[in-house]
Order: sequence, then structure tokens, then C-alpha cells
Amino acid sequence: MNRQTADHATLADKFNENEPRVNWHDETLWWVRAKRDKQAWSIPEWEQLREAASQIKLNVLGNLHGYLLQFEQQARQNGAIIHWAADAAEHNEIVTAILKQHGVKRMVKSKSMLTEECHLNPHLQANGIEVIDTDLGERIVQLADEPPSHIVLPCIHKKKEEIGELFHEHLGTPAGNADPQLLTAAARAHLRKEFLASRAAITGVNFAVAETGEMVVCTNEGNADMGAHLADVHIACMGIEKIIPQRKHLGVFLRLLARSATGQPITTYSSHFRTPVPGKELHIVLVDNGRSRQLGREDFRNSLKCIRCGACMNTCPVYRRSGGHSYHTAVAGPIGAILAPNLDMKDYADLPFASTLCGSCSNVCPVKIDIHQQLYKWRQVLVKEGHTTAGKTAGMKMMSAVLSKPGTFKRAGKMGRWVMRAFPGMVNNRLNPWYKQRDMPAPPKQSFAEWYAANEEKK
Amino acid sequence: MKVGLFIPCYIDQFYPQVGIATLQLLRKLGCEVEYPQGQTCCGQPMANSGYEHLTHQCNSLFIEHFAGYDYIVGPSGSCVLHIREHLHDAEQEPAAAGIRSRIYELTEFLTDVLKVTSLPARFPCKVGLHQSCHGQRGLGLAQMSELVAAPFSKPLQLLQMVDGVELVELDRKDECCGFGGTFCVTEEAVSVKMGKDRVADHVKHGATVITGTDVSCLMHLEGILRRGHQPVKVMHIAEILNQTTDEQANS
Repeated sequence: MNRQTADHATLADKFNENEPRVNWHDETLWWVRAKRDKQAWSIPEWEQLREAASQIKLNVLGNLHGYLLQFEQQARQNGAIIHWAADAAEHNEIVTAILKQHGVKRMVKSKSMLTEECHLNPHLQANGIEVIDTDLGERIVQLADEPPSHIVLPCIHKKKEEIGELFHEHLGTPAGNADPQLLTAAARAHLRKEFLASRAAITGVNFAVAETGEMVVCTNEGNADMGAHLADVHIACMGIEKIIPQRKHLGVFLRLLARSATGQPITTYSSHFRTPVPGKELHIVLVDNGRSRQLGREDFRNSLKCIRCGACMNTCPVYRRSGGHSYHTAVAGPIGAILAPNLDMKDYADLPFASTLCGSCSNVCPVKIDIHQQLYKWRQVLVKEGHTTAGKTAGMKMMSAVLSKPGTFKRAGKMGRWVMRAFPGMVNNRLNPWYKQRDMPAPPKQSFAEWYAANEEKK
Repeated sequence: MKVGLFIPCYIDQFYPQVGIATLQLLRKLGCEVEYPQGQTCCGQPMANSGYEHLTHQCNSLFIEHFAGYDYIVGPSGSCVLHIREHLHDAEQEPAAAGIRSRIYELTEFLTDVLKVTSLPARFPCKVGLHQSCHGQRGLGLAQMSELVAAPFSKPLQLLQMVDGVELVELDRKDECCGFGGTFCVTEEAVSVKMGKDRVADHVKHGATVITGTDVSCLMHLEGILRRGHQPVKVMHIAEILNQTTDEQANS
């Protein structure tokens, strides 16, 4: 997986070269948003649930240290083996060491955005270990040698015909056949072989309960269960923010998660993992990778409440029209745009600007993260830290200078409008991005201030 | 009641008719209105680009021009929201705080302060309302479709008082138009696509006029409409609410 170097605007521009495809992408995700709305409205206390979830997570973030130690102690008592990873590299080393210790050369992995964030797959491959992603969407993008474009719907950017071609090439399905049922059956048969042969399985974690030391993994396909139950070694990888204090809090989060994510009342499987079967191993890798740093940033702390439902992506009018890959990071969309700069300000300085600050994300969020406010705040931080261009800074200084002096503003406005009327080509040209697909407003002879002076102040 | 009229920079320069309609409408409703000369900009273009630190002078100017008024009213949800959330001045913080609590977007001033229940206006057209995001989600001018909560809309409430207005239903009643300040040029492709999709929704439902509470969004939609040679007109809500009835026109 290559790290992309182009910024969001450039990648979005490319995505928009095919307008019918943009329409399709937009409508597909809007349909998911509409399904979510329907499910949310089926619960009269929806807004109270969101508030409860937000408060529980606030408590977790305020007491994370204690809850993590409690979780560790409980999980150890349950027989799990606990590992702590400070960053992505350490996480990848830990997982590789466990697999090497058991002589594993090929293994299955269910959905885990954390392992995407840590770039685990290429690391394992480099160490001679083949990883088979077992979530259908993830398997599809894996076969296509692409990263997921959405945290819940990894291959939402692919049309079924493209998946048909991919399966024909890799799984031997009939050429030109894009029947979803046939393709799913082929994937099932293919994955079943992998499940049966795999001695180790990696899963993600949706919720880790401090009180009991158990983890809950939510899937629709049962692939996490199939992998973990059949393998001798189960490795569960989780970010340290996945903690919830008590089991009863699942009653809040499980009701919110699937409704927000896909508009289902609940995921098909919400599986609890606590104690390894005798003779088998359960490893839990707790990963920081910048989360402590984000916890220390007061303005951005709340981003760690995220339960990875993807609702902010489905509702985001920019995401729907630029595609997940335009965010060039594991977690795309509005939430990705406030998480990524914490990982690397320089690489992801463009992302907080890939938004109109419309605020739909904050209001759809099941844990009430103030996403659009954080986008605004990241912009201030990034500029202050120097992650901007000299040209932009010069332009902003000039704008500020004009707007700071009433006389200058008045003269510049008058002059500007005159130029637009007398020499429209000065403005209506290729160098003006506004003009590329939009007409400029017609410049009036008189500004409002001039009209007021002439008509009101002379009275 | 002394109202200070806040006309944002780009309305001043490109849409004076919106300022005039706002002034006339407020006077028609009995307000004493003044336009403080020398006002420039709320500072939002710099702040939203990450340069909030360059807005000190804009903030001082704003306080200088508006501190003396009972209410400050502007025909732009976005600029009003910016002042309400970000107007600060270390040297005159009490004055800044006072302005933050006394500034209103035009439609909320009409419904919440003046408590307007009828308007002497007639506008026989099929109108589509564009709910601008900063007004809607920021100022709470209308309920958001994301929330499980009772619907309301202050601009809609006012448009319904206008004789002859036929409001069209949209497929997506509160999707962003893609203007987004400097976003409209830095993310040109997505911005235009969002605008085209909004325009298409209004056109599909037969709107002959698109209105809204923010000229910035309307300017963006108008640019797309004019480039596509579409006959749909764009008007700020003040221009519709300030329309005269036939009787007034004849008298």
C-alpha cells in the first residue's frame, strides 16, 4: 500500500472527472444516511442515548489510566495475555512475534481499522506471513490491492461489476457475472478454506469492558467468530480508547452503533470474548499510537470518543463527492480529518480544510463529538505550526490589511468592481478557480455603503 | 430600539440590493435602523482559513462600529455566527461579549425579537428555500435533519406569511451547497459539484426562485445557474419579505 502524496483537493478533483460515478457514490452513501435516520427515529429517546454515550466516554477519557489497569487485571484473571504497544511499530512487532513463535505463515484477520492505521498487513507480508482479510468488503479491496475507502463499508467505492471482474481474476468466478449472490457464495467458499486452515486469527475490538476484562466484537458476517473460534491463537488488537467501564454500558453503545453505521437495529453478531478455550491462547494488544497525545490536547480530546460507526462519512457532502481515498489515511471523512493531524501534522495538514464546516457530522455523531468545531481549531493549529504555504499566508495578510482599514476597503472595492466591469477578462479567466465552472457576480456601480451615503445620509 | 445594520463586506460590494431590502424591511417593521459607515468584515474569511490571529483589527473595527446599539442585525447567518462565536478583543472584552449576545441574523431577529406574525408582502412564485448550514446548525434557525427532534424553521415561518409564495419540497432539505468560504476555490471540484446538486434539487421540484438567509451560498448557486444559462432566479430572503403587495404598489 503506497502512501499517497497528493493532497485532498487534487485527489478529489480526479475523483470528480467521472461525474456519473460521483453521483452513484453520493447516492449510495446518502441511502445509508437515510436508513440511519429511519432507525434513529424509531427510538424516541435517541438524543438521550447520544448524550449518555457521550458522557460515558467522557468519563472513560477522564479516568482512562485506571480503567485500562482494571481491564488488564481482569483480562489476565480470565486467562488472556496482555501486550502494551506505544506505537504502530511496536504493535506490528508484537503481533509478528506472536505469529512467528507459533510458526504461522498464513492467517485470517477480521475487520480492524487499528491494524489499517498501523499498516500491519504490509509489515506481516514483509515478514513472510500472508494475511487474509475475512470481512467481505476488506477482502475485496485486498484483492484489488487498495486500502479501504470507508471504515464500515471498505469497498463502497467499487461497483458490483468491478467486483465481478476481480473475483473472476482471483477466485475463478464466471467472466462478466456480477450477481451479488453468486459472488458472495464464491467468497464464502474461498474464505471457508482459509478459516479451516488458519491456526491464528486477528480481530479488532469494538468495546473492551473494564469491569469484566471481556471484549465485544461486532460484525455482520460472523467472520470474527469463525476466525477466532477455529484458530489456536486469537490476537485482538485495540486502541486504548475502546474501553467502556461496565458491561451494562453496552446497552447504550450497541443500540447506537449499528443504527448509526448502517441503519440496522443491531449488528448480526455482537460477540463477547473473555476466556480462551483450554489449550488455546488469547492475546490482547492495547495500542496507544498517539492517543495519549490526543488526550492531552484539550481541544481535540473528544475525538477519542469515536466508536467508528462511519455515520459522519455517510452524511458528509464532501466525503460523498470526493471518495474515501481522497483523504489518504486509514480513517477517512470528517473524523479522520480530526484524528490524522494528531498522527502527522505535515502529512495531513490538508484534511481539516477538506470541509465546508457545515456541521452535519457533529449532529449525526452518536457520541456527540464536536467534529466541525475541531476542524476549525485544527486549521488554527496547523497554520500556527507552519503547515501552510507562503502564498496562502501572503494572501491572507493582504486580505486582512484591506479589511482592517475602512478607507482601503472602500477604495479597493470600488476599484475592483470597476475593473470587473471595464475589463471582465482580468477576472473571468483560467487563473480564477471560481470562474472555471461558475459565473462571477455582476459588479454593481454602487456599493451598499455608497448607496446609503447618497440616499440616507443626505436626507 | 436602535438597530445597527451589519452589512457583510461581499454584500456591500456585490449585493447592495440585499442591504437595501434589509434596511427597508426593518424600518417597515418599526425599527430605528442605522448603518454605521466604516464597517468592513467580520473576519471570517481569515479565521476559517486558519488565520484567526489576523482578525484582531476586524474585531476592533466591529466593536467600534456596533458597541452602541441595542441590537445588531445582519442578513447573513454565517457572518453573524462568526461574530457570535469568535468576536473577542483583549482590550475591550466586555464590549465584545455584549455584541456577541446582541447580534442577530435577520430572520431570527424578526421571529424572536420583533415576534413578527404577519407581513404586508406578496410574492407569487414557486420558491425553494436553501437552508444555509451556519444559520441552521450554528445559529439554530431551523431544526437539523440529523436530530430526532421536532421540526421548525424560522425562515420558512416568515416565507409562509408572504402572500402568494408557493414553497417547494426538496429531496435533501438541509444539505450543504458547497460554498464553504475559501473552500469554494481551494476545493473547486467538490464545491461546484455540491452546488450543482443543490441547484438540481430545486429545479427538479419546480422552483423558479431559490432563496436563503446567506448571500454567500446564493452567490455560489447563482454562479452555477448563470453558467448553465438556467432561468431560475436567486434572491435573498430579505428581498422576498420586503416585496410590496399590489395595494401598496398602486398607492
